[in-house]
Amino acid sequence: MQWETVIGLEVHVQLATHSKIFSGASTAFGAEPNSQACAVDLGMPGVLPVLNEQAVAMAVKFGLAVHADIAEVSVFDRKNYFYPDLPKGYQTSQMYHPIVGPGEVEIALDDDTTKRIRIHHAHLEEDAGKSLHEDFHGMTGIDLNRAGTPLLEIVSEPDMRNAKEAAAYLKAIHSIVTYLGISDGNMAEGSMRCDVNVSVRPKGQEAFGTRAEIKNVNSFRFVERAIAFEVERQIELIEDGGKVVQETRLFDPERDETRSMRTKEEANDYRYFPCPDLLPVVLDQAYLDHLRSQLPELPAEKRERFQQALGLSAYDASVLSASRDMAEYFEEVHRVCGDAKQAANWVQGELSGALNRENLSIANSPVTAAQLGELVQRVLDDTINGKAAKEVFQGLWHGEGASADAIIEEKGLKQVTDTGAIEAMIDQVIADSPAQVAQYCDAEPEKRGKMIGYFVGQVMKASRGTANPQQVNGLLKEKLDALL
Amino acid sequence: MHDKTLTQLANALGSGELSSRELTEHYLQRIQHSGAILNSFITVTADQALEQADAADQARAKGTANLLTGVPLALKDIFCTQGIKTSCGSRMLDNFNAPYDAAVVEKLKAAGTVTLGKTNMDEFAMGSSNESSYYGPVKNPWDLTAVPGGSSGGSAAAVAAGLTPAALGTDTGGSIRQPAAFCGITGLKPTYGRVSRYGIIAYASSLDQAGPMARSAEDCAHLLNAMAGHDGRDSTSVARGVPDYTETLNAPLSGLKIGLPKEYFGEGLDPEVEKAVREAVNVFESLGATVRDVSLPHTHYAIPAYYVIAPAEASSNLSRFDGVRFGHRCDNPSDLIDLYKRSRAEGFGDEVQRRILIGTHTLSEGFFDAYYTKAQKVRRLIRQDFLDAFEDVDVLMGPASPTPAFDLGAKKDPVSMYLQDIYTIAVNLAGIPGISVPAGFVGSRPTERRPIGLQILGTHFAEAQLLNVAHQFQQTTDWHLQRPDFAEESA
Repeated sequence: MQWETVIGLEVHVQLATHSKIFSGASTAFGAEPNSQACAVDLGMPGVLPVLNEQAVAMAVKFGLAVHADIAEVSVFDRKNYFYPDLPKGYQTSQMYHPIVGPGEVEIALDDDTTKRIRIHHAHLEEDAGKSLHEDFHGMTGIDLNRAGTPLLEIVSEPDMRNAKEAAAYLKAIHSIVTYLGISDGNMAEGSMRCDVNVSVRPKGQEAFGTRAEIKNVNSFRFVERAIAFEVERQIELIEDGGKVVQETRLFDPERDETRSMRTKEEANDYRYFPCPDLLPVVLDQAYLDHLRSQLPELPAEKRERFQQALGLSAYDASVLSASRDMAEYFEEVHRVCGDAKQAANWVQGELSGALNRENLSIANSPVTAAQLGELVQRVLDDTINGKAAKEVFQGLWHGEGASADAIIEEKGLKQVTDTGAIEAMIDQVIADSPAQVAQYCDAEPEKRGKMIGYFVGQVMKASRGTANPQQVNGLLKEKLDALL
Repeated sequence: MHDKTLTQLANALGSGELSSRELTEHYLQRIQHSGAILNSFITVTADQALEQADAADQARAKGTANLLTGVPLALKDIFCTQGIKTSCGSRMLDNFNAPYDAAVVEKLKAAGTVTLGKTNMDEFAMGSSNESSYYGPVKNPWDLTAVPGGSSGGSAAAVAAGLTPAALGTDTGGSIRQPAAFCGITGLKPTYGRVSRYGIIAYASSLDQAGPMARSAEDCAHLLNAMAGHDGRDSTSVARGVPDYTETLNAPLSGLKIGLPKEYFGEGLDPEVEKAVREAVNVFESLGATVRDVSLPHTHYAIPAYYVIAPAEASSNLSRFDGVRFGHRCDNPSDLIDLYKRSRAEGFGDEVQRRILIGTHTLSEGFFDAYYTKAQKVRRLIRQDFLDAFEDVDVLMGPASPTPAFDLGAKKDPVSMYLQDIYTIAVNLAGIPGISVPAGFVGSRPTERRPIGLQILGTHFAEAQLLNVAHQFQQTTDWHLQRPDFAEESA
């Protein structure tokens, strides 16, 4: 039988607010356990939550970026359950009236087409703390630094049909939230994680199959792998005459498999109800307009502009617009050198290669966009040739000079374009290579083109790479042909 | 000294006739002598009180004092106090010292008041008789066989017995007004949002409101001046200016339109209570007010709606008492679930467990709409009843409670206990203010007199008007100045 996979994602994005969603405690990552948890985060008796306006603004910005309806009135609800790292015995979330309503995101597929993934809604909620099971001699420690960290949970419609689409969607969300500056998107630190809902159905069937939810997957790669495993598991199960049960599963990246965590029967009854300590959030048009005016150009718009206005290929445009850092870097290189294609080539080629080799992000690049822009400009204005340019880049990378010009000067890489100087070098090479000259003259005319390479190499060597290769080529041909 | 009202004491302090130390020592002594009999205090903070009294006397010498500086007060044990036990009347918090003061406590401290101690209360403010306290029931100083009312019964009894000039209470379904009525004192429940809830251990967040309990409306006005106001730490606190509540106390009542809700004079109302209330209304007529009958048609839904909403919120608010971070933890738990179960079973008393279970049930899947959603709709209707009534009249009057204080141990059935709050609960659901003032007695033998409370209700933020109306009544009558024999005998 032909199977179709249906995937929906719930993405949890940690918002980059300075303080927590309902208290003034800091949200900075990596502090000593419980050093960033105030009385509110500890759920002490008598304390009350006060909503962080920054979290609301960030959620609204996301909503605007995905063309969603923003709720005029949204309400915080309590989700009640007991867990040691849930200090109040409930998590404050938005169940019935979320702040962001239906919207959509466009994802780029491998075949250069795009697909729209609908967003069901996105809501604000607080994170819980963390249970620490090691180092306590059979006991459990509780770290409440995370408790109260603002999260935006973005729930998609089940619009994805394979693992690649799911990963592309996750990347699109990542790209949007980092563009907006509402999250650092650091998946390793848990700033973004997702729950994946997966089901399969016979191709052509309308009704959804029974789904399994895979909890807390925290990398693009794991999303693909978890889905791949889960799809195979479900298909095998059904084909063997079994039935998929609705359950929550965990992905184990070590063993590359998903495992059952709890079934529907074991699920909690969360007893949601509106939090009586918080007032409904009421937003007016002026506020939305104000936030809309603060939105940066978003990845989809940037991609479009890179293609239309700068003439980049769809592939280049999509790579260069994927992250805000990358896009800003590229645009600065372009601004300095004035040639989009060359800027794109250098950013995606030499720079990205070097960054990958040393596992650096573009934000931490040792070569600044201004430096690279100047370097490209020097190629474009024939100050240096391509070979020298690579050497200049290495110099900049290793901090051997403050600018491309400084390194060109320092290393004497300036391209020689003085015809007289080049002619002198050519004459010398011809004089030093009688055998090769004889061969050249004896060769069939159509083979001479290839043989000229030897002479070019010698001249370039004599110029220590600084001679203009086109000039060398032209003059050599003239001089050799004159010897025929 | 203890026969004086807070206002009189404040004036005596101001004139130098009295020092705060003298006053504080006097009340501490009275608490020491009568405390064990009444059981109205859970914690007495003598050392701190004397320090505060000395500081107040110094401030007065330096000329930096204000009216309340040096006045002793007691706090219901639901207000968090830094470094001093805040038990909420529960074993669960028998070992709990909050690391902060409630907003109201901060404000009163800033005004220079002296805290004598923390008063007894129904566990987590759940009760109408003070019998659900882990620290045992409080006795009514008018008649030691009677309850003082709940849940601010410790505060009410302490004021009535002259163990403190005034005290703070909280009112979720009548817990300031009903004990004030039972103990013959004046108690004001302000508009929801008028006084910050920050640092008050929550029972039902959408209903809880702190207020003053004292011997006169004038006393309450002085206290409300210090308590009221916006607090950025409580999202439900209303950003609205605070008038000086003492300024309008003497406004004449001529032209005042009083409504008598017919639903507050029906079945179950003790005839002697009704008589006292009607006589009080006559007093107002003699002061120039006009009276008319009004109807609050959804009144009989108030108790069922309350007993859905309050337990629902309570079941959630009390989840944090799980034995993990603070409060009572059972010995040697075998695993996490055992820790939760035994800590909560041991820490919470019967009434608290009952309401947690009711709340957990009404919020659970499949019942939520039938109970909670429905109750919220009823709540809106009840609120609208009041708003409609206040289109026609300025204030509503009726009994604070259908009966005077009942005997300790008399109400074994929880539902009959719940019916005690039949005239007070709708006020909390609507969020409007209400005051109870002494208006007579049932019984005549000296140690068996039980006070009757007149309840006066106003629209949102009408505290100044309620205090004015109550004060004018107290200028004409002396019910509020009468004292139980117990107060005279003790100390």
